Amino acid sequence: MTPVEAKFEYLLRLGDNALILGHRLSEWCGHGPILEQDIAITNIALDQVGQARSLLQYAGEIEGKGRSEDDLAYKRDVMEFRNVLLAEQPNEDFAYTIVRQFLFDNFNYLLYQGLCQSKDEHLRAIAEKSIKEITYHLRYSSEWMIRLGDGTEESHEKMQAALDDLMIYSGELTTPDAVDTMMYEAGIAPDLSALQANYQQKLKEILQEATLQQPEVKYMQSGGKDGSMHTEYLGFILAELQFVQRAYPDMEW
Amino acid sequence: MSDKKNWPLWEIFIRSKNGLNHKHVGSLHAADAEMAIENARDVYTRRNEGVSIWVVESQYITASSPNQSESLFDPANDKVYRHPTFYNLPDEVKNI
Repeated sequence: MTPVEAKFEYLLRLGDNALILGHRLSEWCGHGPILEQDIAITNIALDQVGQARSLLQYAGEIEGKGRSEDDLAYKRDVMEFRNVLLAEQPNEDFAYTIVRQFLFDNFNYLLYQGLCQSKDEHLRAIAEKSIKEITYHLRYSSEWMIRLGDGTEESHEKMQAALDDLMIYSGELTTPDAVDTMMYEAGIAPDLSALQANYQQKLKEILQEATLQQPEVKYMQSGGKDGSMHTEYLGFILAELQFVQRAYPDMEW
Repeated sequence: MSDKKNWPLWEIFIRSKNGLNHKHVGSLHAADAEMAIENARDVYTRRNEGVSIWVVESQYITASSPNQSESLFDPANDKVYRHPTFYNLPDEVKNI
């Protein structure tokens, strides 16, 4: 893999994480448990879709084949997506959505802190803009982890169940592969394995406050960010996300 | 969450820029003050409306009674000399 190819792959990972999780969150629009949370979640969705736009636009530039951010979002098929498995997991209920968001935000915050030091000027600029949004996302999801974990008996049970189910997708976040390592060595991205300690510490801290038990995971799922094996959910997301563009190619309005 | 209907109501005040007063913009439900601030941030400052937020639980606001509005406010009606409308303000003075 050439350095340019690796950078393209890496930008797709960042962009697809934001796009797919943003789309997932947007599914709450009009269905939030209360009006205020409906707006809060939709705000986060919009932040993430905005980040996806900048990242995929830059990815298209780096690739150099004339693909725009819309081409990349709407015209790739499942196996060409590079988001982590966690991002594509379904909303289920508010507990799942919050746990998924927290597991992701905890990672994303550390990652973007690192990207703010990137030697790649364009990526650094995107990261500096995004880190403010991500800081708020992490604050939001952390608070809800604590409120619902340390809430009623019912909310505690639902949060624990969501955590037990989703924890297997958290390993992929901070486990570096060849692309991550190339990006680290080129000074473009932080060393993922160096984020692990901070990730675990924040997780432990929030779970303790939320009175939740960290599940023991014997085998972590992976295959999202290298595109080798997505879960069955991604196809359904794309069916909805890409429908208009697939049914009416290149339409504009 | 099942008793979400019991979340108290909060009145939200936003300062649109430094130097101006906080203005009442509306109300919303939240479980506590911290959540009220976050909800207010998401509901009322999405389009760059504010630099500072105050929240106060609605039950702590004491309002004047509409029945007393005649005695409270009508006496000021015919006292135009209380309005400082006879001054010439320099152009540089804003927000008065």
